[in-house]
Amino acid sequence: MKGGEELLTVTKLLRAFGGVLAVSSVDFQVKRGELLGIIGPNGSGKTTLVNLITGFVKPNAGEVRFKGKDITGLPPYRIVGMGIARTFQMVKPFYQLPAFKNLIVPLCSPRIKGLLGGSYGDRDAVALDLLEEVGFERDANVAYKPAGALPQGYLKRLELAKAMALRPELLILDELFSGLSLAEVASIVPIIEKLRFQGKTIIMIEHRLKELFRIADRVMVLNFGMKIAEGKSDEVMADEAVKKAYLGSEAG
Amino acid sequence: MKKRKERIDRGIKVRSEDVFALTSYRELLYLTAPRLLPVFGLLILVPLSPPYWQEIFISTAVYALLAISWDILVSVGLISLGQSLFYGVGSYVAGALNHYCGLPPVLTIPIATVTGAAICTIALLPVLRLRGIYFSMVTLVLPLMILRLVEATRILGGTEGLTGLSPFPNQITAMYLANCCLLVALFGFRRLMDSDYGLIIRGISDNDRSVMSAGINIHWYKTQILFLGGTVGCFAGAFGTHHDMFAGMPGFALDYSIMPIAAAVVGGTGTFAGSLLGAFILVPLSEILRALGALRIVFYGLFLVVFVVGLPEGLFHYIRRKYHQFERWVEVE
Repeated sequence: MKGGEELLTVTKLLRAFGGVLAVSSVDFQVKRGELLGIIGPNGSGKTTLVNLITGFVKPNAGEVRFKGKDITGLPPYRIVGMGIARTFQMVKPFYQLPAFKNLIVPLCSPRIKGLLGGSYGDRDAVALDLLEEVGFERDANVAYKPAGALPQGYLKRLELAKAMALRPELLILDELFSGLSLAEVASIVPIIEKLRFQGKTIIMIEHRLKELFRIADRVMVLNFGMKIAEGKSDEVMADEAVKKAYLGSEAG
Repeated sequence: MKKRKERIDRGIKVRSEDVFALTSYRELLYLTAPRLLPVFGLLILVPLSPPYWQEIFISTAVYALLAISWDILVSVGLISLGQSLFYGVGSYVAGALNHYCGLPPVLTIPIATVTGAAICTIALLPVLRLRGIYFSMVTLVLPLMILRLVEATRILGGTEGLTGLSPFPNQITAMYLANCCLLVALFGFRRLMDSDYGLIIRGISDNDRSVMSAGINIHWYKTQILFLGGTVGCFAGAFGTHHDMFAGMPGFALDYSIMPIAAAVVGGTGTFAGSLLGAFILVPLSEILRALGALRIVFYGLFLVVFVVGLPEGLFHYIRRKYHQFERWVEVE
């Protein structure tokens, strides 16, 4: 699986907000089956990069190719249709609805209709199965509770399930671990490992470096919108530029 | 010792949420009564009223249709300040077909409903991407623009409008036509919003980014809802124009924009039944207040203020809560 074809190729991607270069000429590739971690200090352009790839923000210059096709500047729903799904850093579920009903919207998408045709079965049942996969205990009936009543850990899992419901080839997780306790992170890691085992390609934006380094194949570091390092996690952490970015220029 | 009000769902409500598990006629009545009430009221009570009140109830039905049309647009997050656009377009399409081509109401009303909705949808398509107040501004301005256009270019009868259109055979026919369509819109939209499709619609007004990232083209869904709301509004216009035997500039007047919003807000938005209830309170009320002469608007305004301040959730939400839940006072620390 590893070392396979290039699934996502980003070339010279650039986006400015006013006078600030949020993402400045970033190049990178993701191979099929790989898990790429993207790290960087606050405001280094990680989330903008995700927004550029998924079509929520249009780039000023550069190109995004997915499975060899140019997807630069396509609207988000077209990009999802091609097989890229994302989670949001700020989880905003439909609070009044039961948790599992939150998954009905992605399950109604043209992508799922196209993949499964008419032979679909019950959307509610599919949603409940998905939630069980991300750790909603079926016996405890957590899936039936209104999303507004769930703790942060479950909301993050719900967000993950919403992206998984789209059966993506590339899954982009934007700070999935932020705001979670160590125990909660430890319970989500196996879900991600299982997804990798199923051959999914994953990009993870993370601040929790320790947990990320354990599962990532490769890590890319952004600072002020520019790529400053890329490679295996231990190589990246030994890099002088990365140390500077994280610890300030005084640190040796 | 403080006290707090506790609300508990009635047992029957809990049991009938998903699967109907009825054990008695009483429970059957509990579930069907709220649904039979508007059917009984609109199809039996209203036609039995004296002729003067029948006339009022017909115009009430027109406003109720516009209010329901407003409500479905709100459910996808589009706040329209120009329901008179739908009324006016429906009325002029039906009027022109009847006046120039001589088509009978049996044909003009369905044609005006569909083509009118299509015209309104196309007219609003460029601003559909705008959110919040920007969409509202355009809907407010569009009917006024058409109004002045008709006045200045003297098309479609100019300021005189199109007169002498074919009426309905009698008042009862008109009344049943309006009320039946009102019921179809009411139950149809309620069912639609309960389906998975409705879930997407509510999702778009709640958090459109989340729906976009679920691979759904939200503009296409907004267009569909705009067309659906347009059909109901244009039907109201086409119906009203044949009932009045006149299509003219008053069709684009502000009354048709303001009253439906007031009705939906007083009745409670998002339920369609609230819009119906609101219209059936406000329109007859404004008739009763006619006796007060010039003070009518003052009392009418006062009533609206008291209502909106006292029951901001809307009348229907309040009644529904009382119907489904009982309350008791519990002591808290």
